[in-house]
Amino acid sequence: MPAVQETVEQVRSIDVDQYKYGFFTDIESEKAAKGLTEETVRFISAKKGEPEWLLEWRLDAFRRWQTMQEPEWARVSYPRIDYQDLYYYAAPKAKEGPKSIDDIDPEILATYEKLGIPLRERDALLGIESTGGSKVAVDAVFDSVSVATTFKEELAKAGVIFMPISEAVREYPELVKKYLGSVVPVTDNFFATLNSAVFSDGSFVYVPKGVRCPMELSTYFRINERNTGQFERTLIIADEGAYVSYLEGCTAPMRDENQLHAAVVELVALADAEIKYSTVQNWYPGDKDGKGGIFNFVTKRGDCRGDRSKISWTQVETGSAITWKYPSCILRGDESRGEFYSIAISNGYQQVDSGTKMIHLGRNTTSRIIAKGIAAGHSDNTYRGLVSAHRKATGARNFTNCDSLLIGDKCGAHTVPYIESKNSSAQFEHEATTSKISEDQMFYCRQRGLSDEEATALIVNGFVKDVLQQLPMEFAVEAQKLISVSLEGSVG
Amino acid sequence: MSADIRPMRTPAEQALSAALEQIPAGSGRLSDLRRSAARSFNEHGLPHRRIEEWKYTDLRTILREAVPVAGPAGVAQADAAAKLLAGAAVRRIVVANGAVVRELSDLDGLEEGLSVVTLADAIAKGRDVLSRLAGLSPSRYDAALALNTALAGDGVVIEVAAGAQIERPIHIAHVFVGDAPAASYARSLVVVGDEAHATVVETFEGPAGIAYQANAATEHYVGDRAHLDVVRIQVQGDAAVNLSTVLFEVGREAQVHDFVFTSGAAVARTSLYGNLIGDDSHVAFNGAVLLKGRQHNDTTLFVDHQVPGCESRELFKHVLDDSSRGVFQGKIVVRQAAQKTDGRMMSRALVLGDNAEMDNKPELEIFADDVQCGHGATCGAIDEDLLFYLQARGIPLKEAQSLLVQAFVGEAIETVEHDGVRDALIEQAEAWLKARA
Repeated sequence: MPAVQETVEQVRSIDVDQYKYGFFTDIESEKAAKGLTEETVRFISAKKGEPEWLLEWRLDAFRRWQTMQEPEWARVSYPRIDYQDLYYYAAPKAKEGPKSIDDIDPEILATYEKLGIPLRERDALLGIESTGGSKVAVDAVFDSVSVATTFKEELAKAGVIFMPISEAVREYPELVKKYLGSVVPVTDNFFATLNSAVFSDGSFVYVPKGVRCPMELSTYFRINERNTGQFERTLIIADEGAYVSYLEGCTAPMRDENQLHAAVVELVALADAEIKYSTVQNWYPGDKDGKGGIFNFVTKRGDCRGDRSKISWTQVETGSAITWKYPSCILRGDESRGEFYSIAISNGYQQVDSGTKMIHLGRNTTSRIIAKGIAAGHSDNTYRGLVSAHRKATGARNFTNCDSLLIGDKCGAHTVPYIESKNSSAQFEHEATTSKISEDQMFYCRQRGLSDEEATALIVNGFVKDVLQQLPMEFAVEAQKLISVSLEGSVG
Repeated sequence: MSADIRPMRTPAEQALSAALEQIPAGSGRLSDLRRSAARSFNEHGLPHRRIEEWKYTDLRTILREAVPVAGPAGVAQADAAAKLLAGAAVRRIVVANGAVVRELSDLDGLEEGLSVVTLADAIAKGRDVLSRLAGLSPSRYDAALALNTALAGDGVVIEVAAGAQIERPIHIAHVFVGDAPAASYARSLVVVGDEAHATVVETFEGPAGIAYQANAATEHYVGDRAHLDVVRIQVQGDAAVNLSTVLFEVGREAQVHDFVFTSGAAVARTSLYGNLIGDDSHVAFNGAVLLKGRQHNDTTLFVDHQVPGCESRELFKHVLDDSSRGVFQGKIVVRQAAQKTDGRMMSRALVLGDNAEMDNKPELEIFADDVQCGHGATCGAIDEDLLFYLQARGIPLKEAQSLLVQAFVGEAIETVEHDGVRDALIEQAEAWLKARA
């Protein structure tokens, strides 16, 4: 996607001014009182009509959270967050839960349409027919609640459960109880514990034995309210031999103050199951002076619990003022496989500290990490990752490739890999490079009549190609556009 | 806040603090340095696994026992203990239990432009060069270096005048002599003038079965267009703890080649710091580490590119047998001014023992855009195909393994320029393999 001529004129301006999804939907909403106390936790739990065990689980997390401290090891700096100055629950006001799509506030429907996410199945299908793509079921999360889930019936026919987690708690309590917190324990880290106490909504997916989910599932997260944190929780279970591909997208309005997003995602893959999880993260990154933007502190982890299971994370990170996330795989089952493909782009004053953990526990487990970091403007972009092989993980294999590209001389790119091998048959390879776009490449492109911006876009797209190829088709196109937009104005 | 919580002081920490109390009161820069190092130690104590730089080498656990500071060594015993490079064409200075043994040291008949004195003498005579002592310090508190600064009373001070070409390697032979656990501290200073050339070899050896603790630190100042080769050979006794801190400041267009060979000590840690302050210099930090039994070796390297146009190369090879553990932490920092930096770091480990462990942490921290930096890390067992190839040609398994290991570490050892020293290293590696077979 070459950049257009106008952007060449604004060479010094930064892309973050051009954030497309920065609008705010004026809608009446219901909020919990500001601040975080046991009362807040009880309020959220009561709002969701949760059973007693879940309330206890939340309260336990809250009590533990009070004794914990914010982690400081990541290479990010931000003003201290006042956790008592936030709203932990905000929901669009509705008389009762919407029964069908027509009951949803038209303002919300319009919001999603503006974001390019049609919530009416009719519209969604229309869009597909005109573009020739495949069907995608969407769960739309607006601040703290899920407002709509599409194609539920069609999925139910295949036996796939796809619904907001708050509904799943009521309808499938035994499944939720069995798996919730089994991958990311309540006390895993400061932000995960906070999430466990106050999580409001998110998606729940269960794919039964041997079922290949008939369509892509996706969740679209939108933060709308001011001073509100979003704490969603996603739980995906692929039973033996099942397959599911799940997409996640995020946007938020442009605001001067920072907003907190602390999500937890848990994936469980049983024997022979495969989960493919893709994220295009485009939270508001702050303005050109680094003011505002989302603090994205996310814990994502997948557990390859069964033999020959596979979990694959693909992420395109272009938004957020601060990104702190390490989608990981615990390779517990023999011959299980973990994959991590990442593109992290930072511009303006964004700070990215992201990477993965591949924990090899089972025999003959394999993993692959491809991470591409692109830093421009005044940003800092860090890859931080761990690959470890347990004593019993004989025959473990890992290949890691981290490349960083620097555009401009005020940004930083850092690589912090930890590679720990505890047995002799494990074979780990790691390589990392950092460079700028070479003069030769630019010269070659210019000679063929491309402008500097077009050449940069072309080279960057080549640089991230390995990762883009891993994305589902609809997302790949979107991501490619996003990359060009993110880097506009960074040349010169 | 956790920062306010002081962990319980271990017996070793208490004993070390007590030893630091004994530092004679005095005035002047050196006394101030010692007191300030003692203060930082009292404040921070020994590092533990929550301290990132010491994540894999928890000194609080390792140095559980407090040992007294070693007394002076007998001349005959020191002579018998210093076996490495004996008879080689080098200028030998023997440092036993942290003090130079004059009778065994070649301090006279110096080449023109070369000055070699003991640190004790330099202090006694108030030599100008002392203004550079402790002039190089890492950005973060380093417990091993702080203890060394506070407690080392002797060592070797080498000065090479501008333009002097010193052919004969200067060999500092550190030995431990004694039959009870004790601690020794030695501090050396190497100043190489502009356009000068020198080779410095430091060796570390001692008796088996005695849990002594050796702590040595050396600062190297390398002038513009100067050339310095440094080789360190550590074959301490199998119960020893060896802590080394090596610091470099490298001037414009200078060349520095540092090589570390390690096969000794129960627990060893080498911290290497390279500060590149002059444009267009070339530095290389290489090493070969051969471990067996339950040995633990940690090499932590920090290369700081502060100016444009410098080139740095790092190559470390680990061979890990039995239940040994190798650690390599390497960090290349490229500051904003350091455009046109070219940095390559490689760490490769060959894991022979089923229970051996390798921890690699190669880091890049880059703030300049026009650079080329990369690092690689691999670890794994010997390639089955290569073994098969050799066995198919009638070479027994053990021998085939030896051949492959030799070739593996050979790549690193070959970077040593001085023929005699390189041969000695190859001999050490062969001896290690023979003991294995």
